[in-house]
Amino acid sequence: MKTPSGWRSGDGALWLSTGAVTLTLLLTVTLLVLLGRVGFGHFWPEPLATFTFDPATEQTPLVAARREHGTFALADGGKEARTLLRTGNRDTAAPDFRWIANASLRSAHFDPAAIEIERRSWGPALGLLAPPEAPAANRASLAARQWARLEEALALPSQARTVSLTLYGADGSARPLPLAEVVRAWRPNAMDLGEKLSLYFSRIGAFISEPPREANTEGGIFPALFGTVLMVMLMTVVVTPIGVVAALYLHEYAPQGPLTQTLRIAVNNLAGVPSIVYGVFGLGFFVYLVGGSLDSAFFADALPAPTFGTPGLLWASLTLALLTLPVMIVATEEGLSRIPRQLREASLALGATHFETLRYVILPQALPAVLTGVILAVARGAGEVAPLMLVGVVKLAPELPLDGTFPFLHLDRQFMHLGFHIYDLAFQSPNVEAARPLVYASALLLVLMIVLLNLGAVLLRAYLRGRHRDPLG
Amino acid sequence: MNDMPTLAFDPADSCLNVEQLSVSYDGKAALREVSLTVPRHRVTAFIGPSGCGKSTLLRSFNRMNDLIRGVEVMGQIRLFGEDILAPEVDVTALRRRIGMVFQQPNPFPMSVFDNVAYGLRLQGLSDQRALEREVEWALRSAALWDEVKDRLEASALTLSGGQQQRLVIARAIAIRPEVLLLDEPASALDPISTLKIEELIGQLAEAYSIIVVTHNMQQAARVSDYTAFLYLGELVEFSATDDLFTRPQARQTEDYITGRYG
Ligand SMILES: Nc1ncnc2c1ncn2[C@@H]1O[C@H](COP(=O)(O)OP(=O)(O)O)[C@@H](O)[C@H]1O
Ligand SMILES: [Mg+2]
Repeated sequence: MKTPSGWRSGDGALWLSTGAVTLTLLLTVTLLVLLGRVGFGHFWPEPLATFTFDPATEQTPLVAARREHGTFALADGGKEARTLLRTGNRDTAAPDFRWIANASLRSAHFDPAAIEIERRSWGPALGLLAPPEAPAANRASLAARQWARLEEALALPSQARTVSLTLYGADGSARPLPLAEVVRAWRPNAMDLGEKLSLYFSRIGAFISEPPREANTEGGIFPALFGTVLMVMLMTVVVTPIGVVAALYLHEYAPQGPLTQTLRIAVNNLAGVPSIVYGVFGLGFFVYLVGGSLDSAFFADALPAPTFGTPGLLWASLTLALLTLPVMIVATEEGLSRIPRQLREASLALGATHFETLRYVILPQALPAVLTGVILAVARGAGEVAPLMLVGVVKLAPELPLDGTFPFLHLDRQFMHLGFHIYDLAFQSPNVEAARPLVYASALLLVLMIVLLNLGAVLLRAYLRGRHRDPLG
Repeated sequence: MNDMPTLAFDPADSCLNVEQLSVSYDGKAALREVSLTVPRHRVTAFIGPSGCGKSTLLRSFNRMNDLIRGVEVMGQIRLFGEDILAPEVDVTALRRRIGMVFQQPNPFPMSVFDNVAYGLRLQGLSDQRALEREVEWALRSAALWDEVKDRLEASALTLSGGQQQRLVIARAIAIRPEVLLLDEPASALDPISTLKIEELIGQLAEAYSIIVVTHNMQQAARVSDYTAFLYLGELVEFSATDDLFTRPQARQTEDYITGRYG
């Protein structure tokens, strides 16, 4: 007998599907690695070198970190290898990133007195704690004294720091640096691995837990992270009950005919409407119509300053709830239709009403499907940016939407959102090179946040499914 | 065919009276003018080839057919004299009086205890002691208590198929119905479980009026007092089980029980 080969035997299909899965995995891993390397590599203390240059370029020596290498096409058709140097000191020696031709780099040495200082404004300051040309013994003791003073000052609150540090340039220039300005400082060339690691994690921690500074290009992303999570939670709280009730109606109560079928198709199609359209709808309906009416009914004394008639957290959550409603309905209905007819009949045959059957048998069985809906809705909702720009997300919100003042949850406030934060960093930032690693880091955090939110729902679903698993199937 | 002699019972000894019952699905007749009287506290078997309308007849008694769209029911069914097909009848109350067990064991994905307590709780019984007492009684009546008394909190889905079917019977009798409908209760089970179900049917007949659908003639012969033979939606013959199997009146009955078709 001839054994079937190739497509007949299914080998081709097997290879194709394995290949597709591998490709997907590979792309996902690549995405995470790229985001992680560029984004979180940024927090690693980079070694600082003192560079000298070809005298023909008239470039004075610089303290800088190597960022990356690149090859540039020249106007005459040739190619030139260049290095991107991060030089900091945006206030005194702009620009803070420069591409320098490798050919013009003369020497680089790693001075243990080199220091990087994170400041409240103007980005990082790079320099030396002792003048470059002084005798080695003097340099070491001066650098140590300056460092001790800095550590002492950093232990105090910033208002109490009255002293300054003298920061030397690679060219021998000196300038005072008020310590009240300093957020954090480190001497990368003098650190061992343990110190580097601890600095690395404390910087990541600060990135996650601190508000942004300097037009979002410095500092952390906490308000954006918080705003995103809060908004997704509010959205879930709204969309889940509405979606479940709508699915119950469609599947259990609506007379199954052309009208219901049309309704179902309409719901499915809503899932495909571009999200910006939801944004426009949210602005027109929620913000102007509902919000405006609320204002004239309950907050008339505050007018013309709007209370709810302006983009805010509530409207953003409702808009996203609307956006994710189709997903929720479809997933729930799918779950309802998978429940065996026998269970339904068993309950009804015991004298249960339709409602009791729904309540005690059908809904508990459909819960995993509802959670699948929640997972899909969260994944979709947390990643949306476009509609939110119209209904409540801002570049910089002065206050968190949740705080200690009554009524604690301020649904009317505008808020920050990770997705929009990324967009803002990537396209609206005055300093592209400085913002770039933060774009990647924020993107990675957004992905991780969605993964975490989903993981919670997946675990809950697994728990619910496992409670009454048939051991045989 | 309607001139075929059928059994008559004293009203005091009958539970269900079916008169001229016709049922159709989407205009397709499944039962044609069936009339019979089901005796009280006896086991009555419905036999006949697959698709002859046994389940349809059974499901008419507790109005499970109401759930199916396009179904049309004509004629009369009376439970102890009350018309149960009338539109004003409270169907949930009716279903509490007429319990039903299906072909496939269909326990709820809940614990053994909760399964049996389901119907009781629906009726508002919430006292834990009373629930425990009733559940134990039902499980004992279904000859399942000894096997599950140590695992009342385990999921019902961990029981074997035969145990599940007895659990479902316990669940049905927990609310103490007057009539118990069993639709091929053993056809999905192994021979030993089948035997247990058959024994159970015999025991339950002392307290309940039982109607059991089966396409297994030996089973009908073993468990029932009376047997009705249905063919192509019509009631062909209804008599005492011994008579039907030894002295069938109708030609079709004889052909069926001698295995010439079906
Ligand atoms: N839900 C239904 N919809 C349409 N036709 C049905 C339905 N249930 C049963 N029937 C039809 O009614 C006839 C009797 O079915 P049924 O009562 O299930 O027979 P049995 O239980 O004797 O095998 C069959 O022809 C079957 O196809
Ligand atoms: Mg049947």
